[in-house]
Formats: sequence, C-alpha cells, structure tokens
Amino acid sequence: MSAHRPRYRLAGRIARHVLLVVSATFALLPFVWMISLSLKPPDEIFQPDFHLWPKTFHGVENYRVALTAAPMLRFLLNGVFVCAIIFVLQLMVCVPCAYALAKLRFRGRDTLFSAVLVGLLVPPQALAIPHFVLLHVFGLLDTYAALILPWIISAFGIFLLRQFFRSIPDEIIHAARLDGLGEFEIIWRIMIPMSTPALAAFGIFSVVAHWNDLFWPLIAVRSEDISTPALGILLFRDDEAGQFLGPLMAGATIIVAPLLLAFLLAQRRFIDGLATTAMK
Amino acid sequence: MAEIELRGIEKRYGEAPVLKDVSLKIKDGEFLTLVGPSGCGKSTLLRIIAGLEDQDAGEVSVGGRPVDGARPKDRDVAMVFQSYALYPHLTVFDNIALPLRTRQLSFAQRLPLIGPLLPGHTGIERSIRKEVEQAAAMLDVAHLLHRKPGQLSGGQRQRVALGRAMVRHPTVFLMDEPLSNLDARLRVQMRTEITSLHRRLGVTFVYVTHDQSEAMTMADRVAVMMGGELLQVGPPEELYREPQDLRVAEMIGSPKINIVARAHWADDRSVLSAALAPQAKHLAFRPEAAVLITPADGVTNGTVTDLENLGSDIFVHVALRDGSETVVIRTTPDERRFSLGSTVGLKVDAARLMQFDEAGRRCGNIERVAAA
Repeated sequence: MSAHRPRYRLAGRIARHVLLVVSATFALLPFVWMISLSLKPPDEIFQPDFHLWPKTFHGVENYRVALTAAPMLRFLLNGVFVCAIIFVLQLMVCVPCAYALAKLRFRGRDTLFSAVLVGLLVPPQALAIPHFVLLHVFGLLDTYAALILPWIISAFGIFLLRQFFRSIPDEIIHAARLDGLGEFEIIWRIMIPMSTPALAAFGIFSVVAHWNDLFWPLIAVRSEDISTPALGILLFRDDEAGQFLGPLMAGATIIVAPLLLAFLLAQRRFIDGLATTAMK
Repeated sequence: MAEIELRGIEKRYGEAPVLKDVSLKIKDGEFLTLVGPSGCGKSTLLRIIAGLEDQDAGEVSVGGRPVDGARPKDRDVAMVFQSYALYPHLTVFDNIALPLRTRQLSFAQRLPLIGPLLPGHTGIERSIRKEVEQAAAMLDVAHLLHRKPGQLSGGQRQRVALGRAMVRHPTVFLMDEPLSNLDARLRVQMRTEITSLHRRLGVTFVYVTHDQSEAMTMADRVAVMMGGELLQVGPPEELYREPQDLRVAEMIGSPKINIVARAHWADDRSVLSAALAPQAKHLAFRPEAAVLITPADGVTNGTVTDLENLGSDIFVHVALRDGSETVVIRTTPDERRFSLGSTVGLKVDAARLMQFDEAGRRCGNIERVAAA
C-alpha cells in the first residue's frame, strides 16, 4: 500500500504541473507572439513557416517606426496622467465612503451599502451613453475631463476598502477619537497607513483597468493630443495594416511593458492585499 | 477636580436593554472598579462616560460639568483599552506623542510637509519630546521609543498604552479590562503598578474588569454590575462582608461563598445557633466563617470530597449529608487535618451567616452585623 502512495503523489504532481504549463502557455502565447512579431520584417510576418526568432532582425526598425510615426511618448504620458488622476480622485471618494460604511453608525447605512453592491453589478458599458450625453451637455467631450470624470466613483473601490476597514479594530478608532483626532484625520493618519495592502491592490486594479481601456476613450475622445496608449495604437491600424503589423506590435509591446514592470515590482503586495481582503 | 456623576443612564441596542437606570457618583481622585460578568454593560457604561457612545436617557457630568453630547476629546478623559489599541504604523514615541500633538499643534502645524516649516512648530515639538520622554521614563519604556508596537511584548504594549493615556494629564482615567490580555504573573505585577500610578497621579480612575480579585485588590470602591444594573457599590471590604444581594455575594470572594438552602438546615439549630428571619430562603457563609469538627461534637455531618492545598491554606470540600450540596471550608495547615472520605462535623459562626430571601435580597441579621 504505502509503496504506491509516493508514486501516486508524484503522478498527481506531474499532472498538476502539466495542467499549469498548458494553461500558462495559452495565456502567454499571445504575448510571446506579439513580441516575436514586433521583431520581424513585414515579409516574414505572413510566411507560412513559423519562427519564434526572426531570420532578419527588424526590431530596431519596427520600434523606431512605433515611436516616431505616432506620438507614442505623448500617448504614454497621457496614459500615466489619466490613470494617476483617476486613481487619486477615486481614493478621495472611496476612502471616506468606505470609512463611513465600515465604522460610522448612522441611519440607512446598510441600505447605502446595498446600493454600492448593486453598483458593482452594473457593467460600465451600460453607462456609456448616459455618460456621453452628460459630458456633451457640459461641453466636456474630447477633453481629459471626459476620460477621467466617469470613473471617479468606484463601487468596487468602496466595497474593497470597506471590507478591509472593517477588519481594523474599533478600539483603535476609539483611541484616536479620545486622542483628539477628527474623523478626517482618523482616515488620513490611521486608516490609510494601516490599509496599504488594500490600497495597493485597488491601485493595481484601477490602473490596469484604465490603462488598458479602449472602449471609453474611443467614445469620448478624438484628438490625438489627449489619446491614451490603447487608443493611440489604433492609429497604426489603417487600411495598410498589413504593412504596419510589425510597428503595431512594437507599439503594443511598449504599452504593455510599463504595466508588466509595475506588476512584477508590486506582485507580492498585490497578492497579499487580495488574500487579506478575501479572508475578512 | 473631576468627580463623575451618572444619573439614570439607560442604553439599549435594538430591543435589548444594556443599561437600566444606572446612577453612580464617583469621587474626585477615587479608584473605582466596575466589576461584573461579560455582557453586563460595564464596558458600555465606560464608553458612555468617555463619549464614545451616546446614552438613550440620563445624564453624565465630569467635574460638575454636564458632558452629554460633548465629543470624547472635549471631556478631558483618557482611556486604556483591552487590546491596547496602539497605532501599529507609528513608533512608540509617536504613539505617546499623538494626543499632545493634536492638542498643542494647530491644524496647519499638523499638516504633513508644510507643518514643520510653520513658526512655533519646533518649540512645541521640543516640549512634546520632553513630556513623552518623561512619561516613558516613568513607565520604564524609555528604551523602546523608536520601536513599533508589533515589536513589543504584551506588558510593554500595556505600558505604552498607559503612557499615551497619561501624557496629556487627563483628570479621569478610564480602563477597559487593561490586564486581561496579559499572563497571570504579569497581571499581578501590573496591578500594583497601576495602583501606584493612581496614587502618584491622584486623578480619578474608573477601571472595568470581570476579575473580582482585580476589583478587590485595586479599588477604593467597587461597583458590582449585572444584567445592566448596579447591584451594590462600596469598599471591597464591605462587599465581601456585607453583600446586599446573593449575586454580589457569589461574585465577590474566592473561593466562592457557600450557599445552602434553608430547608436543608431548618432543624439543625446547633449548627446555626442563630435565629433565622422568616423570609430567609438561602443561607450563605464565607469559607472561613465555619470550622470543621469531629462528628461527635457537630451535628451536621458531611464527607470530605476534595482537598486543595495552597500551602498557606487548605480548602476542604465537604459534601453535606445526602451529597446534594457541597461547601468549601478554609482551614490552615496547622489545624487538625482531615483526610479524603472522612466524616466531619460543621460549625458555622452565627455572626457571619448571611440570609437571603427568595429574590436574593439580604434579610434577617443585616442590621445587627452592620452595627457591630
């Protein structure tokens, strides 16, 4: 009996790894393909035989075109600007809301929290037209404001932070009140420093979502000057897309790179934050 | 001057009443403990004094000034919590300094980055540093000022919490079971530290605990609470010797007071040799209010079922006659020893026998004993 068990366990482990390798390959393949294409000359891209590494290295040329044909740097800066402002404004709304829902006692609190949960269920696409009309009425279409304003109230952020704040003991807040801190100072001096894992997790969700978002910028913005990276990359996709596939992939790589880098750096925080919020 | 006066405090959570018409006067500079089983409302009462919760009815005044509706920080009270409630992201120094900073620095001076550049900031910070260091030295945590709470032991955290409470010289100290997270030895040591702190500061202490021995050893006066009511308030001695309620008698004293049904002893005149009040239903006596004798001399016989030898005392558990009731008698090692299973007689000191009526209220010999 006992002789079989290690072998059985080994088989299980191999099976697990095979499964993980296969699914990881499927997830990574498009990325690898993208990078591979961004290094190839146009004629090699559509060849029937497949090489991961190009026969003639065309990477420098592709990346040069990607960086010069469109104002790529501008797109990237727009992306950083828009994502940063969205995140900061989201925090300014979410943190006090989450604090009130988690720690203050007032009439209608539970109803309000249910409203937040309902807000989680509404897909952002469903709100695109009302948002568009609103921004049109205020004359804000095709501005940075159009990219930012619809996102500053995040039901997800309120929910995530509220769950985390609930895990902070009431006694700490009582102590802070006795020490003379006002409610906003409690948020600023006590809650925020104690919630960095949750804030980091929310930050990654928010930035990834808005950095990659194509749907809303496509609706709200036309000018090249304020395009975000995802929108800017569409500029490569004209009638001669075939010709420009190499630079297009190079552009895509450039856009994805900052996120990948940020994720790798913040990976542990991200997972910690998710794990703690999931437990409470 | 900071006497505390509570008048007719009521509190309910939803339908359940937590405090029922609690009135209590706490004198300036007094050490009062609120003792009771968990869920009796003692912590709620403390939080109402602190202003962390609002009462549904009744008034609170601190130092002769009504504070109903006043914010916690305007009441001049400090509180120490069971979990210490230290700010985990701040160093010990910053933890202790926080109440001083919020009081002495203006809003602008407290702002990050800009604050330290404003005039007056440096001087105030210097005086805060001095006060924090003084408090830390007094509590023997001066060497820990740069650490975070997570790096401290339970006892050290407790001291830091005390430091944070006393650094701004409040006139009232509120403590919510501050010792219950410590191990037994440290708890006894911290008891004496807190009482000596009380003597040095000379301010009013209100101390909540469920541990009757803490209440007895530390307090000037003890208030016993149960089910949201104050049962009795008085010096520890008085609660021990003259409990006015059966529940108080049971709560105070270790080992517990012996209670037997009157019916059991109705005919044993020789054991009791005391006149019982007609309405008395329960008879109670402390473990030291009775002596064990050989069965020939005594009338009530029992069997020794257990012996607890503490060195200085031996507690003898005696099952009375049919074994339905057991009493505990304190004997000293010098007295005659009784072995397990032996039959003994019991003689209760009539002057120290307490009588309680059906509802648990004291009756019978109260006046006589109180006068003696």
